[in-house]
Amino acid sequence: MDDKKAKKTPISPRRRFFTDLAYTAGLGVMGGLLWAGYAEKAKSSPLTLRPPAALDEPDFLKTCIKCGLCSEACYNRPSNIDRDTGKPRPRTLKMAKAQDDVTIGTPFFIPREVPCYMCDDIPCVTACPTGALDVAKVTNPKTGELDYTMMDMGIAVVDDNSCIAFWGLQCDACYRACPLMDKALRLEYAKNERTGKHAFLKPVVDMNACTGCGLCEKACVTEKPAIFVLPREVALGKPGAHYVKGWDKKDQQRVKERVGKDVTTHDKRSAKNPMDYLNKGVEY
Amino acid sequence: MKWHNVKYLVLRRLVQIGLLVLYFMGNWYGWKVLQGDLSTSMIFGKIPLSDPFAVLQIFATGAVVATNALIGALIVVLFYGIIGGRAFCSWVCPVNLVTDLAAWLRRKLLIDRIERKVWISRNIRYYMIVLALIVSALVGLAAFEVVSPITILNRGIVFGMGAGMGLIVAIFLFDLFVVKNGWCGHVCPLGGVHSIIGRYSLIRVRHNSDNCTLCMKCKTVCPEVEVLGMIGKRSEFVSRGECTNCGRCVDVCDDDALGFELRNFLETNTGGKE
Repeated sequence: MDDKKAKKTPISPRRRFFTDLAYTAGLGVMGGLLWAGYAEKAKSSPLTLRPPAALDEPDFLKTCIKCGLCSEACYNRPSNIDRDTGKPRPRTLKMAKAQDDVTIGTPFFIPREVPCYMCDDIPCVTACPTGALDVAKVTNPKTGELDYTMMDMGIAVVDDNSCIAFWGLQCDACYRACPLMDKALRLEYAKNERTGKHAFLKPVVDMNACTGCGLCEKACVTEKPAIFVLPREVALGKPGAHYVKGWDKKDQQRVKERVGKDVTTHDKRSAKNPMDYLNKGVEY
Repeated sequence: MKWHNVKYLVLRRLVQIGLLVLYFMGNWYGWKVLQGDLSTSMIFGKIPLSDPFAVLQIFATGAVVATNALIGALIVVLFYGIIGGRAFCSWVCPVNLVTDLAAWLRRKLLIDRIERKVWISRNIRYYMIVLALIVSALVGLAAFEVVSPITILNRGIVFGMGAGMGLIVAIFLFDLFVVKNGWCGHVCPLGGVHSIIGRYSLIRVRHNSDNCTLCMKCKTVCPEVEVLGMIGKRSEFVSRGECTNCGRCVDVCDDDALGFELRNFLETNTGGKE
C-alpha cells in the first residue's frame, strides 16, 4: 500500500494551492450562477400589488427584510376581531408563499379578495423596520402629517367591454365603493343612442388621484371584475420628455428648465456656422 | 432517563417552541410580546431585533435600511457576541428541530454506521456567506433570504407554510441520508455568520479532562464534533465559534467532565494529560 502511494508523483504545495484555488473558484461560480439564476427569476413579479408607500419595485425588493410586521400591523389582520361578525378579519397583506407568483416572503395584496381600506394612520407603513415602506411617500410635505390620499399601490383600469355600465345598465358599484369618490373615480354621463332616452353612467378613473386600493375591484358586480387594479408601471404609458403640451404653462416651464441640463442639441458641428454645413454634400 | 441527561435538550426545545408560539400568537391573536419573524421582530412593540445577515445582504444590494433594523441587528450581534455565542442555531432556529430529528434518526436507524460516501467541507458555510453577498449585489435581492429554510420555516409557521415545506423536507432528507449534520453543520451561511459573531462569547462549555473517562458519548451527539478536539486530552474551554452551545455534550456526560461556565480568557491549558 505504502509502495503504491510512493510511486505516485507527489503534488507540490504550489500545484496543490492552484488546484485548490481553481476548485473553489469553479464550484463558487457554478453555485453562484445557479443561485443568481434562481434569484433573478424569483424577483420577477410584475403584476404584484405592494403595500402603501412601497418603494419602487426594484428598491422595494432590495430593502424588504420579509418580517411581516406590516401584515401584522394592518387593520385587516386576523388578530383584529370584527365586532359585527365576531370573526377574525381576513388579511389584506399576505406574505408570499413559495407557490405564489410573488417574490417569496414579501407582502402583497389581492384586492378582489381583501382590498386596502386606506387607514388614516397607515399602520403598515409606520411598522416597517427597514424603510421598504417609506413614510415620506405618504407624508404631506406641507403639514408633515400622514396623508392616505398620497398612497400609490396601483391604478384601477376599466375594461369597458365587460363593464355593464358601458352597456347602458345602471351600475355604480365601483363609484360608490371608491374612498376618493369623484376624485379618483367619477361617473361620466353620456346619452344612450340605442334607446334614445337613457343615459350611460360610465366610470372613469383619474390616474393622478387613484391610489389603487382596490375597493372598486372588490365591489365590482361582474363575474370577473371589469374594473381592476394594476401596478402603475404596468398600466400606465409614458409619452417621453420630448412631447410638450404647448397650452400648459407648467409643461412649457419644464422645457425651459431642461435646456442646457440633461437635454442638449449641442454637438460637434454646433461650433460651426450653419452656412458651413447646411446643404453640404447635397447635389443640385 | 435521568433529568441531568436531558436538561439542556428540554430547555432548548422549550425555548425554540416557545418563541414560535409567541410569534404565532403575535400574528394571529395580536400578542405584543414578540411580533414579526426571525428576519426582524419587535419585542413588546418597542425593541427591534434583526437578523444581521439579512441586513448585511440588504447592504450588499446597495440599499440602505432604516434605523430600526440597524438597531435590531446591533442588539442581536451584541447579545450573541458577548453572551450567547452561536446559541441562535440551537436555541432559536426552527430548522434545528428538523435537522436534530434527522441526526437522531441517523443514530437510531444506524445510518451513521453505514460507510459515509459523501464528504463535504464544514467551511462551505463561509464560502456561502461570500457567495450570498456577491449574488445579492449582482441580482439586487437579498439572495439567501429567498432560499433560506430558516425564514421559510419560521415564516411558514407564523404566516402559513405552503409549498416552502418541500425545501424543509429536502433539508431533512439531506441530513438524514446524505451528510450527517449536513445543513446546520456544513452549508448554512447563517450558521457561519453566527459562528463568527459568537467566536468570543462569554458562555462556553468547559471540559475537565481529569473527570473524563473517554466514553465519547459527547462526540456522538455533538453536531460540530471538531469543536470537541480536546476531549480527554486537555482541560479547557470549547473555544471555536462553531460550537452552538446546545449543551448536548453536557447532557450526555455522566462523568461531570463537561459543563457551561463563564469563559476565562486568561486561562490556558491546565491539567493537560498530554
